[in-house]
Amino acid sequence: MVGEEFPSVKTKNIGQHLWLGIAIALVLIFSLAPVMWQLLTSFKVNQDISKVPTVYFPTRFTFGHYIELFTRRPFWRYIFNSAFVAIISTSLALGFGAPAAYALARLRPWGGRVILTSILLVTLFPGILLFLGLLEIVQALHLGNNYLALIIPYTAINLPLTILVLHSFFQQLPKDLEDAAKIDGYNTWQMLVQILLPLTVPALFTTGILTFIFAWNEFIFALTFITREQMKTIPVAVAQLSGASTFEIPYGPIAAATMVGTFPLVLLVLFFQRKIVQGLTAGAVKG
Amino acid sequence: MAKLELRNLNKTYSPKVVPVKDISLTVNDGEFLTLLGPSGCGKSTTLRAIAGLEQVTRGQIILGGEDITYKRPGDRNMAMVFQSYALYPHMTVYENLACGLKLKKVPRLEIKQRVAQVAEILGLGELLQRKPGQLSGGQRQRVAVGRALVRQAQVYLLDEPLSNLDALLREKVRAEIKQIFATQKSPVVYVTHDQTEAMTLSTKVAVLNNGYVQQIAPPASIYHEPGNLFVAGFVGSPQMNLLTINCKQNHAILGNFSIPLPKLPTIPSQIVLGIRPEHVRVAQTGEVHPTVKGRVCLVENLGMHNLVSVSVQGSQSNNSPVLRALLPADQNWSWEEITLALPHQNIHWFDVSSGDALSRKTSNCSD
Repeated sequence: MVGEEFPSVKTKNIGQHLWLGIAIALVLIFSLAPVMWQLLTSFKVNQDISKVPTVYFPTRFTFGHYIELFTRRPFWRYIFNSAFVAIISTSLALGFGAPAAYALARLRPWGGRVILTSILLVTLFPGILLFLGLLEIVQALHLGNNYLALIIPYTAINLPLTILVLHSFFQQLPKDLEDAAKIDGYNTWQMLVQILLPLTVPALFTTGILTFIFAWNEFIFALTFITREQMKTIPVAVAQLSGASTFEIPYGPIAAATMVGTFPLVLLVLFFQRKIVQGLTAGAVKG
Repeated sequence: MAKLELRNLNKTYSPKVVPVKDISLTVNDGEFLTLLGPSGCGKSTTLRAIAGLEQVTRGQIILGGEDITYKRPGDRNMAMVFQSYALYPHMTVYENLACGLKLKKVPRLEIKQRVAQVAEILGLGELLQRKPGQLSGGQRQRVAVGRALVRQAQVYLLDEPLSNLDALLREKVRAEIKQIFATQKSPVVYVTHDQTEAMTLSTKVAVLNNGYVQQIAPPASIYHEPGNLFVAGFVGSPQMNLLTINCKQNHAILGNFSIPLPKLPTIPSQIVLGIRPEHVRVAQTGEVHPTVKGRVCLVENLGMHNLVSVSVQGSQSNNSPVLRALLPADQNWSWEEITLALPHQNIHWFDVSSGDALSRKTSNCSD
């Protein structure tokens, strides 16, 4: 980029560019190598997977592991379960979080600061400690093997983050905009939908995607509260993949399942990338 | 097109925070009223109360004979220009201008016509498809004015619309605003803390301080006949000389010099003399106006003029009164002994305790 804009600087900076390139390559290798390893493993034939010395770059490819996932196991069902739970809990977190954040930011309710502080405290609390208590509650309410057993905790755990992010976002929206809308004759509902919501979309995407990724990847709750095969989510299903015998670890199918489980997230993030960046940097630049 | 009237307006947030204490004023059709005052004087709160954005505590807002005190902002048919412009960032300029009309269910063809008309007046034609983020400060400001104009409202409210522009642009836009609103028949209420804007734009100025109206008058009267000490000190730059001095019989004693007082029912022991620096001049030989002698203690160069501070000769040399005079810049005034004339038609007298003007002019005192 710099070289394109300032051609005269280009020659001077060849050394710098070289170093930059090498550094970027190293970082990329460091963070993407495990993913690459999984991807390659998922296409390797079984002999290559267990071969010594290790085969890094296979010469024989197979779709066998993927086919196995979808034929021998109800993998479509797992994907549906994960997607269903993640989408519902994300919508709930945004549906409850956005109005709460707006109220805290704009209507300044009595004790609003205390509420905000406690929300912040809640986010500091490690979610895993809630686990035993939640288990008791799930048993008492007979929610075991019910999607609600996952949807409710996921929503609850993500609500504080949603409220905090959206709260700061609403706060930096100029109040004059709402006043202008009132004078132009918008009623409260029209104002929210036609003026505020379009401006909030980037923040909603950002928090929504974070919530979605959390719900999609969550393991412990999903492992404990759901035991019926038909209702398991992807992380649990992947962990429970078993080979032909107890002593065989099915590396191929696990790698394939990991790829299948990650792919939707990658698509999602790539698709909404621009919106997310806008959301993360919202307020950084004067609009 | 209607008369706007405020009757005893009061806005109380808490017993200690009362930005608007008691404000009554009238704005007729075609009038351009400026609410002028320092920050915290209640001018913005008054404007927001007129718009309906603040609920008033006491008092009435009457528009064209109808009490609108408790009407929702959207039902008042007013248009407002905000200091921050408050353009909708996700809409194009066209949509920004049109959205208020769409909500009022104005037919599409008429919306198009009215937007086109306003766009032509303000020179926004090429910008209609852009978003506010792609506009410069001056262009955004014009869109904000356009959004108000296109509404053809009964009252226009402008809240410091020029304060975000740089000095040169501000002068240009000020002239534009004056021309645009001169052709409008509806009352305009304009809020500013900038006295130049108030003087140049308005047909009537209301000087506010501390939640009360200090004086409502045309700009020239505000300048030439300030109603009290606050108005005298706030309007005009450089600030008016305001000196608290003693009286002896029917003369006021300034240093070693005496200035005849106007005819007053009772002669107070002390009085405040006010005279603008631009009205103080160097005494000529055979001067008919009261004169004072003093030493120049400070010269400030303002370009066209020098602002010269003169410490008046007095019996107590340590706290002699200082008069500031605006004198031509073509002479060197520093460290000179100088005799100044105070033309009595330009002297203002104020009561020491109430601050009210005693007699606007001293011209009737010489007989």
